[in-house]
Amino acid sequence: MTKNIMIVGVGGQGTLLTGKILGNALLAMGYDVKVSEVHGMAQRGGAVVTYVRYGKEVFSPVINEGEADIILAFEQLEAARWLSYLKKDGCIVINMQRINPMPVITGVAEYPQDLLDKIKSMANEVIAEDALAIAKQAGNIKAVNVSLLGVAAKKLDIDYDVWVETIKKVVPAKFVDLNLKAFELGCGV
Amino acid sequence: MKHLYLGNEAVARGLYEAGVTVVSSYPGTPSTEITEYAATYDEINAEWAPNEKVSMEVAIGAAIGGARAFSAMKHVGLNVAADPLFTVSYTGVNGGLVFAVADDPGMHSSQNEQDSRHYAIGAKIPMLEPCDSKECIEYTKLAYELSEGYDTPVLIRLTTRISHSRSLVELSERQDRPLKKYEKDFKKYVMMPSSARPKHEMVEERTEKLREYAENSGINKIIKGSGRIGIISAGNAYTYAREAMGDEASYLKLGMINPLPIELIKQFAATVDKIYVIEELDPIIEDHCKANGIDVIGKKIFPLTGEYSQSLVRERICGTKPESIDFGEDIPVRPPVMCCGCSHRGLFAAIKKLGVFVSGDIGCYTLAALPPLTTMDTCVCMGASVSALHGYNLARGKDASKKAVAVLGDSTFVHSGITGLINVMYNKTDSKVIVLDNHTTGMTGGQDNPMSGNTLKQGPAPKIDIEMMARSIGITNIVIVDPYDLTSTYETIKAELNKDGPSLIVARRPCMLAGRVKPNPALSIDKDACKKCGACLVIGCPAISKGKDKSMSIDQSLCVGCGVCAHTCKFGAIV
Repeated sequence: MTKNIMIVGVGGQGTLLTGKILGNALLAMGYDVKVSEVHGMAQRGGAVVTYVRYGKEVFSPVINEGEADIILAFEQLEAARWLSYLKKDGCIVINMQRINPMPVITGVAEYPQDLLDKIKSMANEVIAEDALAIAKQAGNIKAVNVSLLGVAAKKLDIDYDVWVETIKKVVPAKFVDLNLKAFELGCGV
Repeated sequence: MKHLYLGNEAVARGLYEAGVTVVSSYPGTPSTEITEYAATYDEINAEWAPNEKVSMEVAIGAAIGGARAFSAMKHVGLNVAADPLFTVSYTGVNGGLVFAVADDPGMHSSQNEQDSRHYAIGAKIPMLEPCDSKECIEYTKLAYELSEGYDTPVLIRLTTRISHSRSLVELSERQDRPLKKYEKDFKKYVMMPSSARPKHEMVEERTEKLREYAENSGINKIIKGSGRIGIISAGNAYTYAREAMGDEASYLKLGMINPLPIELIKQFAATVDKIYVIEELDPIIEDHCKANGIDVIGKKIFPLTGEYSQSLVRERICGTKPESIDFGEDIPVRPPVMCCGCSHRGLFAAIKKLGVFVSGDIGCYTLAALPPLTTMDTCVCMGASVSALHGYNLARGKDASKKAVAVLGDSTFVHSGITGLINVMYNKTDSKVIVLDNHTTGMTGGQDNPMSGNTLKQGPAPKIDIEMMARSIGITNIVIVDPYDLTSTYETIKAELNKDGPSLIVARRPCMLAGRVKPNPALSIDKDACKKCGACLVIGCPAISKGKDKSMSIDQSLCVGCGVCAHTCKFGAIV
């Protein structure tokens, strides 16, 4: 049975690297894998989504509404935006960070109140953590993506050694230590 | 050993394994990474051309010269290269010649949703369509065999979901190809009426031979399922269909979408009760089936617009939809924005204040059309800003031309703005052309171009001096502005608008992202001086926001200290 994981956030938060690590870790676990990314226009601070699908044989590279087993949301508003993609029995892992979109910055729209409570009342399982704080603890806020991946690791059937080896392989050499630390701290919370 | 390759990365791998030595392209989402990955192989001479017509002609010349050659472009890029495409179909090749064209159903990053399969039909060129990264490698290599075997250029059609999805591949060794001998052959390579007439005959015969290949080679294959439903599909649409219907349906998966088989489709039709054709965009396979008397269901139930998905296929064929959570309230949109420190921001803030007609173009700066800047009147295609401004000014006269500008980036200017500027000078309008020179091709991820001072693989290159170039055309009003200096940019453009004759205004500042610019210290709001008027919000900087008490604040982690906002504040509250 094919499993569906979505990584959603704001362009520039490192969702692409997260998808690449997750995809390669699943490949190392022996699965067929497809990872679909968004490049170009959406990377300029827009809403971004990466689809990761794995199983015995994967055909479509995308995930539709009501199909995601797990959603990794890098930002609260994006968690709400993509919530309709979560399966009834799915789990959403949320970084509690808030990033104002342009309509909120210019005062045309308001950032919705009590997003987390609303999501908790609707979704089957919600794991909310301050991944930015974990990244800071690891030494650099840029590692927020891998920190959240660490938080989500408990929901994924991937061996710890495989995570470590994949991070070493995929992340640029000078950032490997930072990302390993962020991942480990994420796993620990 | 298996690897997780992006579709574009896999096409580049196919080029490498096929022994390709020359690659020339112009960047365009979603095709850009093919050429970037090709450049990582020492054996491939990969370069960025000024536009797609040039890149395709470079590949044509290399193939005539005996090498295996390649060019990649996005769908609208193929419009630019259509002129050589239709005639190289007649000349055929010497070394293998392949072009990849990446369509963008759903328009993730494009100005239209055209279906490039029409080009293969129109130019009578075979077209292959892979459905994942593995097929991207296989089909790229096969394309060279077909090219040399049938004496034809070959098109590979990609879509965003193929180009930008990763899936598993296995790698093979490169097969080096000795350069083929070049022999002068007037009848083959010089296309003029006397030689082109027999060539057209040859093209028609070639299409019939290729149709036989489509019927019998196995590139189009039948996958038997349990039910009596048949599906004909190709590329990523096939993956949606297969995901949606599983083993319940039988499939005719087309790997070659021009020319299409006839007998194979009839043979498939005989084994099922009902046939659906699932293809994004235009009904090309469907029309082919119907023209050959095969009854199929296609656009009657599937849309002509946008991307498809497994849910869409299931819903339209089976009437079922997965249950989903309804969040129940509007969520503010998050459109893409210009980066903090983007050199375009100050320029558009100045233009907004001038209240002029803005003939726009393709690039990051098209984002200025969105709120809060909303400073763009038109955007049609690469280079159209300059030529369309000339037309606008011709129609509306001299007074209107003092309240109108064209805006385009450096890469777009080289791509197809130069000819427009020559037209402005030659046919005499007072058109004011602003080139946003940020030394890069920004929207596609920061590729080098003839104004950046660098190349893809060959190191530094001379920068085009566009001031000197404009002078050689005959333009005398030439000014340079620093878009970070909003006040002076505004005054300079205002002065140029009042002059007679055309003007070239160069707004020069490197791209914050691609230029590896070291940020200045972040600015902040002096709360005592701030009158909460909101003037600084007009420039749409993601680092500035308004708090609940209406006071402004600057996000210290985002601000790069460009200082454009400080020019908008009458009270000196941004320091």
